[in-house]
Amino acid sequence: MSINLNNICKQFGAFTALDNINLDIPEGELVALLGPSGCGKTTLLRIIAGLEQADTGDVFLKGDNVTDKPVKSRQIGFVFQHYALFRHMTVFENVAFGLRVKPRRSRPNNEFITKKVHALLELVQLDWLNDRYPDQLSGGQRQRIALARALAVEPSVLLLDEPFGALDASVRKDLRMWLRNLHHDLNVTSIFVTHDQEEAMEVASQVVVLNHGRIEQQGSPSEIYDYPANAFVSRFIGQTNVFDLAEHDSDWLQTAGLLTPNQAGKIAHVRPHDIVIQKSTTENTAPATVKDWQHLGALIRLELVKNGNNESSAPVYAEMPNDQFKELELNRGDKVDLKIRQAHWFH
Amino acid sequence: MNSISARPYITPKMLTLSDPDWVRYALIGLTLSIIGLFLVLPLATVLLEAFAKGWSTYKASLTHSDALSAMRLTLLVALVTVPLTTVFGISAAWAIARFNFRGKNLLITLIDLPFSVSPVIAGLIYVLIFGAQGWLGPWLSEHDIKIVFAVPGIILATLFVTFPFVARELIPLMQEMGHEEEEAALSLGASGWKTFFRITLPNIKWGLLNGVLLCNARAMGEFGAVSVVSGHIRGLTNTLPLHVEVSYNEYDFVGAFASASILAALAVVTLVVKTFLEWKLKQDLKAGSTRRW
Repeated sequence: MSINLNNICKQFGAFTALDNINLDIPEGELVALLGPSGCGKTTLLRIIAGLEQADTGDVFLKGDNVTDKPVKSRQIGFVFQHYALFRHMTVFENVAFGLRVKPRRSRPNNEFITKKVHALLELVQLDWLNDRYPDQLSGGQRQRIALARALAVEPSVLLLDEPFGALDASVRKDLRMWLRNLHHDLNVTSIFVTHDQEEAMEVASQVVVLNHGRIEQQGSPSEIYDYPANAFVSRFIGQTNVFDLAEHDSDWLQTAGLLTPNQAGKIAHVRPHDIVIQKSTTENTAPATVKDWQHLGALIRLELVKNGNNESSAPVYAEMPNDQFKELELNRGDKVDLKIRQAHWFH
Repeated sequence: MNSISARPYITPKMLTLSDPDWVRYALIGLTLSIIGLFLVLPLATVLLEAFAKGWSTYKASLTHSDALSAMRLTLLVALVTVPLTTVFGISAAWAIARFNFRGKNLLITLIDLPFSVSPVIAGLIYVLIFGAQGWLGPWLSEHDIKIVFAVPGIILATLFVTFPFVARELIPLMQEMGHEEEEAALSLGASGWKTFFRITLPNIKWGLLNGVLLCNARAMGEFGAVSVVSGHIRGLTNTLPLHVEVSYNEYDFVGAFASASILAALAVVTLVVKTFLEWKLKQDLKAGSTRRW
């Protein structure tokens, strides 16, 4: 285990930022701390780094209890949300900083530093910018320099706070894959904080979902998506249709013949792609009507209205591949039959 | 041809020019004549009077032992107060910009106190505390320690009037710059001192120098507070501004104006350096803000 957190709690005044967090992160993983804003994910990252002190609980890095160690002796690399590059230093000096401030005994000589910095700058493909100042760089370039700077001290753990938060959508896409590949090459245990579930699913090998200072679920992206532990995770990760059997949805599901035999709770969450649609042959009793649809690239998302006496209720979303949608030749106002392939049940 | 570029467009410059000419010339003329009358003319008078009896008299009155000792004392006072005010200013700004604590606003207000209190009061406070009839007076005279009417008193009074200068310059600057770069340095293994000298200090240096400069100008030019505690002992407790007054009262006009010309020169140099520092500071902040959007 590379990172262990035991019973971490943190209060800010009356606000509970972290409520008894226990987390084990194995060596070499790329972990996403995912949650809505204010869920405590950045606080948790800063506690691991030592930039913040937990009220109670212990932090172990590579088996060492570092709870009382200051940030400078924790051997972590931290990439800040706004990069925090040293504005009065060139890119080269920024990356060299961690090596130059080492105590004299362990400080490498100039030749070594120069070689190492250029190697790191080549790793992030920005060696040609080595004599520029941070304010002459684009957002994506700063991000990569910040990463190179953090890697210079060969951290045992790499921590990234909203690494793509301040970037344009297009740059963000590229950097996500780049970070994933970089992690694959370096194999440093890394944690990044994000509020974007798509980003977490795309980049991370493990996802930790946080809400209100608690861990809701931890697992691989597919575990989290296919087997959400609770209603919050199911709603937060990807789109989902919520059917509440205690409310009027029960009647509609009954008349639509959708109640699955193995129902295990009162609330059913159904992913849009788990709803299969067919043109209805029995116009009058058909459970839903096509209201509209949107193109999501390879997929089409259909917006359906429930037929019956509760037409004001929330629409149902269904997704299907583009070519399948074309075969169905649906029009707005068409009545359709539904089949629910799979549902997640919560109480 | 782009149709948008053909559209009439009012620039801000055209708007400012839309005032009638006579308003512009009247306002510019008024400002210039007031500056001329109240700033340039007195400065010129100082120089004219100082050289009224020629270069050799000017030189002689500046090299007079009383004048020299006044200069030495003024330098000593500045040399002691400026570093102390600088250390205080950095610590106060650090505390206020970096930590949240109860009474923070009160502290900010208190730092400004010397600006709102008359310097004479500041001097009187020290006389009341350390003077012969003051609280600590008997104890001090028992132990043969002289504070009032001696150099320590002058330094204390100068400290009182100068201590907001550096702090006031740094507080908004450090609040604006934030804490992230320092945290980054710490996470890279730098110690607290290394972080301060390699990250914090370079980031605040122009603001700091500006504060030090203003503090120095005030320390050398302070009259009111120092006048109360000094006792005007020639060659011993007269600073340069006090020496100007004493000489003038004794009808030694050349001596008074010669010393005054030194102070005036100090003011001009301060002004020029200050303009340069503020220009550098603005550039630094600009670089910082583009970095953060």
